[in-house]
Amino acid sequence: MAKLPTPQMLVASRPAFPDKDWFDTKPDFIPGSYCYPAKMETMEMLHMPHPHEWDPTAENWNLPEDWEKILCDAFADRLEKHRSLKLFMDICVRCGACADKCHFFLGTNDPKNMPVLRAELLRSLYRRDHTMLGKLLGKRVGARGWDMHVVKELFYYAYQCTECRRCSLFCPYGIDTAEITMIVRELLHEVGLGLHWIMDPVKNCSFTGNHLGIQPHSYVEIVEMLADDCETVTGIRPKTPFNKKNAEILFITPSGDVFAEPGIYTFMGYLLLFHELDLDYTFSTYASEGGNFGSFVSFNMAKKLNAKMYAEAERLNVKWLLGGECGHMWRVINQYMDTYNGPAPANMEVPVSPITGTVFDVAKSTKMIHIAEFTADLIRHNKLKLDPRRNANLVTTWHDSCNPARGMGLLDEPRYVLKHVCDNFVEMPENTIREQTFCCGAGSGLNTEEIMELRMRSGMPRGNALRYVQQKYGVNHMACVCAIDRATLPPLADYWAPGCTISGLHELVGNALVMKGEAKRTMNLRQEDLPEEALDEEAPADGNAESQGEGR
Amino acid sequence: MYNAKAVIIGIVIFVAIFSSPFWTGWIGQDYTKTGVVLPAGEKECIEDTEFMRAQHMRLLDEWRDQALREENRVYESALNGKKWVISLQNTCLKCHSNYSEFCEKCHVANSVYPYCWTCHIIPTEGKR
Amino acid sequence: MFASLVLVLLIAAIAWIGASVGLAPLFGVVLPYAAVLVFIGGMIWRMTYWAKSPVPFCIPTTGGQEQSLDFIKQAKIDCPSTTWGVVKRMFTEVFLFRSLFRNTSAEIVENDPVNKGPRLIYYSSLWLWAFALIFHYSVLVIFIRHFRFFMEPVPAPITWVETIDGIMQVGSPRFYWTGGLALVALLFLLARRVWNYRLRYISLANDYFPLWLLLGIVCSGLCLRYFDKTEISQVKIYLMGLTHFAPVSAAGINGLFFIHLTLVCVLLMYFPFSKLAHMPGVFFSPTRNMANNSRRIRHINPWNPPKQYFTYPEYEDAYRDAMAEAGLPLEKQPEKAAE
Repeated sequence: MAKLPTPQMLVASRPAFPDKDWFDTKPDFIPGSYCYPAKMETMEMLHMPHPHEWDPTAENWNLPEDWEKILCDAFADRLEKHRSLKLFMDICVRCGACADKCHFFLGTNDPKNMPVLRAELLRSLYRRDHTMLGKLLGKRVGARGWDMHVVKELFYYAYQCTECRRCSLFCPYGIDTAEITMIVRELLHEVGLGLHWIMDPVKNCSFTGNHLGIQPHSYVEIVEMLADDCETVTGIRPKTPFNKKNAEILFITPSGDVFAEPGIYTFMGYLLLFHELDLDYTFSTYASEGGNFGSFVSFNMAKKLNAKMYAEAERLNVKWLLGGECGHMWRVINQYMDTYNGPAPANMEVPVSPITGTVFDVAKSTKMIHIAEFTADLIRHNKLKLDPRRNANLVTTWHDSCNPARGMGLLDEPRYVLKHVCDNFVEMPENTIREQTFCCGAGSGLNTEEIMELRMRSGMPRGNALRYVQQKYGVNHMACVCAIDRATLPPLADYWAPGCTISGLHELVGNALVMKGEAKRTMNLRQEDLPEEALDEEAPADGNAESQGEGR
Repeated sequence: MYNAKAVIIGIVIFVAIFSSPFWTGWIGQDYTKTGVVLPAGEKECIEDTEFMRAQHMRLLDEWRDQALREENRVYESALNGKKWVISLQNTCLKCHSNYSEFCEKCHVANSVYPYCWTCHIIPTEGKR
Repeated sequence: MFASLVLVLLIAAIAWIGASVGLAPLFGVVLPYAAVLVFIGGMIWRMTYWAKSPVPFCIPTTGGQEQSLDFIKQAKIDCPSTTWGVVKRMFTEVFLFRSLFRNTSAEIVENDPVNKGPRLIYYSSLWLWAFALIFHYSVLVIFIRHFRFFMEPVPAPITWVETIDGIMQVGSPRFYWTGGLALVALLFLLARRVWNYRLRYISLANDYFPLWLLLGIVCSGLCLRYFDKTEISQVKIYLMGLTHFAPVSAAGINGLFFIHLTLVCVLLMYFPFSKLAHMPGVFFSPTRNMANNSRRIRHINPWNPPKQYFTYPEYEDAYRDAMAEAGLPLEKQPEKAAE
């Protein structure tokens, strides 16, 4: 990884707009500006169209001979399939409201990273082939034909968009660049262009059940190890049920959480919580992936990877699904899963919390709820004994992940949980949270090392907001409900706000959770010393939990 | 077509709104002539017909200023240099004495309601 | 930008010359009928074109808290979960430009004292929202006011609108605010395209042309009312002739009127084939017109392809031995599978 410039240098080095018209500028494929292409064998295994070797920096991308026809036809096909695409091609008025809403534009000042212009890249092609004026007047009305540079440009900018939908929120017509980016990526896949960082997890998920390619026995081993760590911290070894038939609940979380710091601590939080509740649940090694890198490839690939959830729920005969903390996973579950692979298997029932009896009518059809909803409900009903002093060393803030925020509306549930497990909570500036939240800068499969500087740029708005509360209010921690965030935010925080740590929500729950018969805790889940406040006194009286429940 | 019901309702509303200049015209009457009745027996106005039709409001506006602010009561016709007394009551309404057959014919039809009559007396038929 | 201006001026000049050399029937009769047909037909075609593609997924952009646990307050308008909620959301979008009201402008300070380094600051930026709203409402009122030329007798509500619009009683004829405001708003929208470097960079002829066209329409209209007048009774007789499909002679009507009329006709014909189609388009937008209820009610994709995935039996076949060794429950034991 190349050495990163300082934040000041990074901000100062954003170039001015080019003098040339955007029709005449071409992207510069220099290292760090693009992600590595997918391997040919990966694409072959997945039966993707036209697998081939190619190099983004090369003049020739070895596209199939009739690439132009393939792309034209594929584009026409997508127009027939998606009303959104037709509409978004037709009605943009180029008011520019979206321009400075994009984290990639703010960080790079590349005009083609303004959502409007990123969409114009495709719109210009649409005009030539699908509008009368474009056919007649060509370039004068912003129409252009396909050529190799256009393909390269589409590739370059489709992978400088994290599908976060922030622009869509501000667009007066709700034009959603995520929709356009998804379709551009689909088109590029028609001629064999894809990213290694996306296609490799897709391949793994297709054939082993999860993105990381963890095989069943290793998955079990890792989870057992995490359970051992739980025992070290709490003196209680939580249950680790796998592939258990007739369990009430199948729990699915992104595999990143069993694999990498700090996600594993969140996973330990799940284990402890479920153990304490004596929940009748199971993990599945087959449906061991909540995330869905397929959604960064094509609608069909997303469907394919997602299909395992219901298939496994049916095989294991569970009543409902509980989903872990993940961003794009929830975009897929909330907005796509039921359409892709529904209706839910007949053995499933409307989710009911076995602890509180709450019926989750909002998930009547999908039969899948988010763990933040589940835990917030538990806390509301005083079912958890929590000692937030164990997190007293943290002054925390909340990062709304783009997908749960703008593709679901999951905003207050995690905050409700967070405020009950951590006493010191500060919001970041209002234009950077909730539905206006900024992406971590590396969502939608762009969380790869080779574009680290670009990630720091696109993460600038988030990093800046974090730094602001760090400097002003002494925030030293940021929590989130997204596995990609847990992977991408630590380097981002190290860069923009050094000293801030990142964790999932349920890591903090796991810390604060006072379990029946647990040993006196001296360490948090990371096996760091607990803050003194938590050690000074005995565990809080029973009444504490109630007052917790009544509070905000 | 998908969501046909909603789309068709939308199209019907759209067509109804934007064809309204055509169908609303049929609600009342047609308007093919102004129906203005010119004063019988009078042959001469201060300016020619075309000017009076298009510009009389501007002339009256100027007259008001001349009479009330400049104390000038003499108007010279651009048509033939003939001098006229600047006075709505005594010059214009002397001939155009029938409000409902003259002023109203255009003004009501075109929804133009100047404030002449907040000060001046509306002429009634046969009375000055 | 200048090309679009020249084009609009050219259209105006052609209309002017045409009307004065006796082609009034062409510009005053044939063109308006053609324009209305193209406009209405074109828009129906455009809407049908959109409707021919399905909305395969339920993809509202959630602008607030979802419907959730009963103690969590839902943002019922920005994140609706029912059709009624969607109606309310669409109302705020269409009538109040809700999304544009969120607009902010981001400024990067390279050395901020609080951040001790770079900092992004967001300011509420409502200029675009304000002028866009002023423009659209002004045009609506102007459209309504024009019905005095289409209806006989003029209905009272139109007189009321006129009274309110001219409430300040400035000048003679009374100055209508909406006419002036539409002009100011258009000039603002044009100015930001020209002076804001980002907008200048993204703007196409397709953006300048409608602005100049609308400016031409508003200016010629204002001229006809306040400066180079024509006799409006004649105009009304003329327009009523058109709407009653019995065109009458246009003799005596100021040539400027034909410029105004021709520009309106060009706008109508341009409308369905341009970005101006956003007028019906906003109602079609799936990120706004759908309820966030996709976990409660299954959304159907008409082209949903068949399921194809790595099934559990295939998975177990691939990993059976390792799974057995790890003590995982199996559908088929290794010895069974081997048979």
